Amino acid sequence: MNKLVLIAGGSTLVYACLALLMGVWPGIELSKTPAGPGVVPLTALQAEGRDVYVANGCSYCHTQQVRPLAQDKVFGRPSAPGDFAYQTPELLGSQRTGPDLTNVGVRQPSPVWQYIHLYNPRAVVPESVMPAFDWMFKVVDQAPAGTTPVPLPEAYAPAHGIVVPDRKAEALVTYLLSLKQPAMPGVSSDASATPMPGVTSTPLASTAASAGGAANAPASGSVSGAGGYDPAKGKALFTANCAACHQANGEGLPGAFPALKGNAAINDANPTTHIRAVLHGLQGANVGGVVYSSPMPAFGDTLSDADITNIINYERSSWGNHGVPVTAEQVTAERAKGK
Amino acid sequence: MSVTADRSSPSEDDDRALASAFVAYAVTATLWLLFATAVGVLLAYKFGAPDFAPGEWLTFGRLRPIHTNATFFGWASLALVGLAYYVAARSSGTRLYSVKLAWIGLVLFNVAAVAGTVALELGYNDGNLEYREWPWPIRLIFLAALVITAWNLIGTVARRGTKDIYLSNWYTIGGVLWTCIIALVAILPWYQYGLGQVSVSGYYMHNAVGMWFTPLALGIFYYALPKLLSRPIYSYALGVFAFWTNLVFYPIIGAHHFLFSPLPWWLQTTAIVFSVAMLVPVWGGSANFLLTMRGRLGDLVHSYPLMFIFVGVIGYLVGSTQGTFEAFRSLQEVWHLTNFTVGHSHLTMYGFVTFAIWGGVYTLLPLATGKVPSQLGLSLHFWMAVVGSFIYVISLSIGGTIQGLDWIHGLPFIQSVVDIQAYWVWRGIGGALMFLSHVVFAWNVWRMSFGPSVKAAPLAPQHADEAAA
Repeated sequence: MNKLVLIAGGSTLVYACLALLMGVWPGIELSKTPAGPGVVPLTALQAEGRDVYVANGCSYCHTQQVRPLAQDKVFGRPSAPGDFAYQTPELLGSQRTGPDLTNVGVRQPSPVWQYIHLYNPRAVVPESVMPAFDWMFKVVDQAPAGTTPVPLPEAYAPAHGIVVPDRKAEALVTYLLSLKQPAMPGVSSDASATPMPGVTSTPLASTAASAGGAANAPASGSVSGAGGYDPAKGKALFTANCAACHQANGEGLPGAFPALKGNAAINDANPTTHIRAVLHGLQGANVGGVVYSSPMPAFGDTLSDADITNIINYERSSWGNHGVPVTAEQVTAERAKGK
Repeated sequence: MSVTADRSSPSEDDDRALASAFVAYAVTATLWLLFATAVGVLLAYKFGAPDFAPGEWLTFGRLRPIHTNATFFGWASLALVGLAYYVAARSSGTRLYSVKLAWIGLVLFNVAAVAGTVALELGYNDGNLEYREWPWPIRLIFLAALVITAWNLIGTVARRGTKDIYLSNWYTIGGVLWTCIIALVAILPWYQYGLGQVSVSGYYMHNAVGMWFTPLALGIFYYALPKLLSRPIYSYALGVFAFWTNLVFYPIIGAHHFLFSPLPWWLQTTAIVFSVAMLVPVWGGSANFLLTMRGRLGDLVHSYPLMFIFVGVIGYLVGSTQGTFEAFRSLQEVWHLTNFTVGHSHLTMYGFVTFAIWGGVYTLLPLATGKVPSQLGLSLHFWMAVVGSFIYVISLSIGGTIQGLDWIHGLPFIQSVVDIQAYWVWRGIGGALMFLSHVVFAWNVWRMSFGPSVKAAPLAPQHADEAAA
């Protein structure tokens, strides 16, 4: 019996001490981490949306942690301890089958896009493997007062009736749009001083792209156009930042996101409107007589002038567009003018 | 492992009672395996056809934790506890301390798993925190089952006639007791806010695997391997050494699940250092098993139970060693948050733990019931499971690596989804084979539990002389 006490009791005592040391004690200490500057508790509706997020296991595919690594730059600044003060349960996650959502409210601020995407992700991102959450919507004959119908593309819309979000979808989208990283003193989210976001300086990627002068040193195999335009890079940047709304074919979604194909501002000899739209974003834009309620994010906050130049020139030379190419200097000059 | 007969020797009634309890654990565990992996196959299919089986009740985010929790707490836990009871009683040459407690525990484990599954399906998820998604009152039921099991195992071993406690029982009793602490740490809420909860998650998700399934599965190796080979374990002392080093190193490495997170850097670095230290018990333990089999690898072709255990040992060695390497920051930079991790968890939970269980069940259940599965059933199960899991792990390892490199190369995120698609298809093929093998396993369990009896111990007849000698 003594030996049993020694093995079972002794090992359990050792384990209990280690559990206190590695589980409980760090838990107690780190639970005291104060909120970072600008980190605020969720509103009631946002918190309700977070519960919907948890109930449906969103964090099995989406992380909410930006690592201090080059490849995570596309998702925002590195997460700081103070970011998680009001996050219980924590939703850092362990898989990125889908993109990180820490800063999705900044990257994708359009509720219309969020609703379409939630209803069926493939309506806006054809390659997506995310489940459709159409069961969080209802089909009605007439939109009740105070709700906005979801402008689904024809292929995804029900045969008749209009689609409006129910309470769950509203709460969830409200929560997603609240996911914005507060600015960090000393950490700039402005990437204009850095190379193309996502391009790392680790040895593994040393061949992928060079730093600062990327725009002037096109990767092999891509043709360098005028004004330091790299078509391959332009396309990649467009896919990563613009295609979710304006679509890979540049046609947008009727009634939801304006087309870039044949767009007047893009084909205009004077590129100012185009440059300023990408730099500073848009709100309530009137394109070809249609007013679009969706806000467009300000890419000047996250992309460098070289990247923005590549995007703009990609848009000005694709889908039959024939806008005059712009140079990085023009973008820099517009940025200097301010909003 | 001959045991001296003494006053505590079990009667035939005791043997029957032990066998019934063992059968009940094995059968319910098997039902959970079928359920959990059927869900797994559906989930794998959804990666290629995201609009298949749509709607609230079959949405990915609800089924995914149902799959993992049913595997962990339905299948693996029930099977390992059933085996631990049989090993405890047999290796101690005694009857179960309480047959009644074994049945109460069985009911509680199953009630917890059913309630947890229903809760997750209804959207009552305690926070998407890996392996502790069940609402806490349900996890309390599981804890009660653990406490009962610990009490019953200790009571059984306390009845032994020998002075020594066989090594298997160190691992199984230790594992159950430690897991009581793990479950308690995970349930208590007062120190788990924000970042504090992140650190508890890191501790919990690794300890729930490494201090529960690992020691119990190792306990099976230490009992079944000598039984099958009719020779003692290569080094008892090495087994004891691995026991204590595993105990001291494992609890410290949890934070390696959150490398590059806002957790304190020292906590992450400590976890990496001890992840390397884990090579000591892993290689020590694996060497012990492989050296026990030295010169007898030829026997593998005669004995499927031995083959299952051999694959389990290799799974333990390779999976755990891979875990150490994944903990390095340089490799983690590529693999973290990718599907590589999913491959790793299947290599360990399947290639190691599940194969160990199968080896244990095929070795011990016939001894308990006097009934055997067919050779065809054994071979179908073995080969489909081996080939299926091999395809599964390899495809996700490659696909996950491609994902990680895509991100490092700064490609648009959606490109990483496109590039892994083909590997998801292969994963589905591997997973379907694995599921089919489980159907055959269920048939085999049926034969071993309720099939026709045979007289002689049929599993290792070629060693009958040696055993008698």
